[in-house]
Amino acid sequence: MKIVVPVKRVIDFNVRVRVKPDQTGVEFANVKMSMNPFDEIAVEEAVRLKEAGKADEVIAVSVGVKKAEDTLRTALAMGADKAILIEATDDVETDIEPLAVAKLLKAVVEAEDAGLVICGKQAIDNDVNGTGQMLAALLGWSQGTFANTLKVEDGKAEVTREVDGGLQIVSVKLPAVITTDLRLNEPRYASLPNIMKAKKKPLEVKSASDFGVDVTPRLSVVSVNEPPARKAGVIVGSPAELADKLKNEAGVL
Amino acid sequence: MDTPERESMDYDVVIVGAGPAGLSAAIRLKQLGGDDLSVCVLEKGAEVGAHILSGAVLDPSGLDALIPDWREKGAPITTEVKEDKFLVLSEKGKMGLPTFLMPPLMSNHGAYIVSMGNVCRWLAEQAEALGVEIFPGMAASALVMGEDGGLKGVVAGEFGLSKDGTPGPNYEPGINLIGKYVLIGEGARGSLAKQLIANFGLAADSDPQKFGLGIKEIWRVKPENHHPGRVVHTMGWPLNTGDAGGGGFLYHAENNEVYVGLVVHLDYKNPYVSPYQEMQRYKHHPEIAKVLEGGERVAYGARTIAQGGWQALPKVIFPGGALIGCSAGLVNVPRIKGNHNAMHSGMAAAEAVTEAIKAGRSGDELAVYAQKLADGPVGRDLKPVRNVKPLWSRFGEIAGVALAGFDMWCANLFKFNPFGTLHHLKNDAQSTGKAADYKKIDYPKPDGVLSFDRSTNVAFSGTNHDEDEPTHLKLTDPLIPIAVNLPEYDEPAQRYCPAGVYEVIEGEDGKPRFQINGQNCVHCKACDIKDPSQNITWTVPQGGSGPTYPNM
Ligand SMILES: Cc1cc2nc3c(=O)[nH]c(=O)nc-3n(C[C@H](O)[C@H](O)[C@H](O)COP(=O)(O)OP(=O)(O)OC[C@H]3O[C@@H](n4cnc5c(N)ncnc54)[C@H](O)[C@@H]3O)c2cc1C
Ligand SMILES: Cc1cc2nc3c(=O)[nH]c(=O)nc-3n(C[C@H](O)[C@H](O)[C@H](O)COP(=O)(O)OP(=O)(O)OC[C@H]3O[C@@H](n4cnc5c(N)ncnc54)[C@H](O)[C@@H]3O)c2cc1C
Ligand code: SF4
Repeated sequence: MKIVVPVKRVIDFNVRVRVKPDQTGVEFANVKMSMNPFDEIAVEEAVRLKEAGKADEVIAVSVGVKKAEDTLRTALAMGADKAILIEATDDVETDIEPLAVAKLLKAVVEAEDAGLVICGKQAIDNDVNGTGQMLAALLGWSQGTFANTLKVEDGKAEVTREVDGGLQIVSVKLPAVITTDLRLNEPRYASLPNIMKAKKKPLEVKSASDFGVDVTPRLSVVSVNEPPARKAGVIVGSPAELADKLKNEAGVL
Repeated sequence: MDTPERESMDYDVVIVGAGPAGLSAAIRLKQLGGDDLSVCVLEKGAEVGAHILSGAVLDPSGLDALIPDWREKGAPITTEVKEDKFLVLSEKGKMGLPTFLMPPLMSNHGAYIVSMGNVCRWLAEQAEALGVEIFPGMAASALVMGEDGGLKGVVAGEFGLSKDGTPGPNYEPGINLIGKYVLIGEGARGSLAKQLIANFGLAADSDPQKFGLGIKEIWRVKPENHHPGRVVHTMGWPLNTGDAGGGGFLYHAENNEVYVGLVVHLDYKNPYVSPYQEMQRYKHHPEIAKVLEGGERVAYGARTIAQGGWQALPKVIFPGGALIGCSAGLVNVPRIKGNHNAMHSGMAAAEAVTEAIKAGRSGDELAVYAQKLADGPVGRDLKPVRNVKPLWSRFGEIAGVALAGFDMWCANLFKFNPFGTLHHLKNDAQSTGKAADYKKIDYPKPDGVLSFDRSTNVAFSGTNHDEDEPTHLKLTDPLIPIAVNLPEYDEPAQRYCPAGVYEVIEGEDGKPRFQINGQNCVHCKACDIKDPSQNITWTVPQGGSGPTYPNM
């Protein structure tokens, strides 16, 4: 079985994201980019399945700018076998919308004859939380979202999902799309020897038009704003004082 | 702990640090040796530039020698210095020093306002195009010594230790990177350089190294306040109270950005000094505030700068390698410039290494490099200004600088220094005075507009360290902070650390306790330098941790 793992290049989670003065978007100049943390978890899970003998090949796919090659190299260093870059824009500020990404991924999944897709539950840049679900719908596959445990056996995937207020265990037929939650695993570090080896692994470069997919945005951004500044807090002296304030000042208890 | 089994990998040359020194060495090696020389560069930052912090006004002499057609190749060096102001500040006022009184070697004519972070990113692309292998996110954490006592290589890429220092579930032991020669370009107060200087006695015949702590912010300012190409250096307020020496800078770069910073000499005596707070109040001076007003702080960071100059230069060579750039300490203090010398030194070392390898040598001392450093552009740049810093330390801000100016004028006109060579008397830790002899300094509260509290600002450095990794700030004796430093110096770590890593808090037993919030560290190295008991050792945390500087 082949596993496809979509990986997105996003602003690094350590960076203080700033809104552009004209409120058309966020500032990308001089900003460090890395792999979406949920996608690292997805790569890790796929590589573990391969190491456990449950998959034959792990294919990392990224849709975006040329520089996303760096992100794919990271996936290769973590253990993916090959990578496909679909160059869909040359402007880092253009966010390819989930539906277009899902259509491109569908084409890759079909061309590679993959049996499982593991992707992040959401990208930490636009937080849409939609690509995996759209892909499952387009492919007509089962889906198991927000996975914190994944067991693949006998043509089925048992997914423990993080849902509001608890855990839900579902069993889905393969082929399927799984989306990862934070606690699914702790991704490995890319070791120096593996980074060196990754430089020699195959990385195909395609364009969106190779797949006949129109990536023109369908949504238009009206404006992007900073969250309102929080009011200064107070230091409480004791748990009792905290409880008192919550009860009598905030009125939440 | 047992040393884990590690794979080894051989290169002709292993370079530690992708700063201007390391990258220039790598590029020069490939220019001279081509495919015959294998070269790798290790960088602890998650990407090249993530840990680079400089002013910076760049004297392009180094780059001119390295890549003469850098303009055509699209180097991010476009803002030429158009105006050069030198102000002596009082609390509310200023006095401009007419440029004709400034020794000519201090002029910034022909220099550029740059982000060295971006320059290094560009240099890394040039190096990779020549076949240099650069590994960002890979810290060099230990030295690998040969049986003959020389340096053979470094350990790089160890990840996943748990809090107690034992291997965690995702442990990666890293590998030994072995080189015929190893070049150390870790910048000021390198952690491996420090060990090498001690092990080989490299500083036996030199003065103690001196440091300043530079705290810098990038501001996006209103277009009407922005004058690309304007360089402003200041002396005096807030560092004119006798508590600490240093100076400020304000560089108008591109894209409505202004780089503002204050360098505080770490030989200050009053242990109550807070370089961070000095920087915050500096921005409230009318000359600075008028530029920043209505703007927005977009990045924060701090880094020490080696200021000992020629007298403090250690021996730069040892069997198997060499110190390059600010790991040796090549900043020209009155010009506050070290990047050009970092590049010149990297090139000089590369030339010596290529010659040695071509002659079939390896693992020995690169005498040719030491010679080139002394006789070449670096020696010519540093020797004439060697008295500035000692005069500054001895006579204080204004008198010292006036004498230094006289000394530099003589060096300029008559090629001799009237004071001969003056020596640095103490290292910065030893300079710290006792709390009982000094007054507490009452710093104004930050207003949240021009000035900020430390923890708010640290968030703008993008710094982070894995929660589970062991602290990389090691105390030789864990009792000293509370037993010695607190009563004698009011534990100055609480104030000199620009990231608020060190706190004295009340423990559960009601007694003071020393807390290290290592996750906030921005890798400036001040604690390793300034702790009066010299009890803190900065070791390198796992690769990829630390600040995520943009265009610092
Ligand atoms: C990319 C990414 C995505 C994530 N996505 C998710 C997600 O989808 N769902 C999820 O659950 N988590 C997510 N997390 C994790 C989550 O953001 C944090 O890890 C988690 O919230 C930490 O909780 P904590 O209370 O242990 O953290 P802490 O940092 O210890 O606590 C944070 C809170 O406690 C308050 N606090 C701390 N000390 C004090 C004090 N002395 N007095 C009063 N208040 C105090 C702070 O003000 C703050 O509000 C994500 C993290 C990352 C990096
Ligand atoms: C506030 C300030 C203002 C300055 N202004 C100017 C100016 O205007 N003009 C000027 O010319 N100079 C200026 N300087 C001086 C200049 O920045 C230095 O001289 C220069 O950075 C030295 O270059 P370097 O390559 O030796 O070291 P650095 O630039 O410090 O680079 C060292 C690199 O090595 C990496 N590294 C360190 N240790 C390890 C390790 N163990 N493993 C892996 N990687 C490691 C670091 O992360 C870093 O990327 C300024 C310095 C400061 C602090
Ligand atoms: S802990 Fe030391 S190196 Fe880190 S920021 Fe503080 S003073 Fe600088």
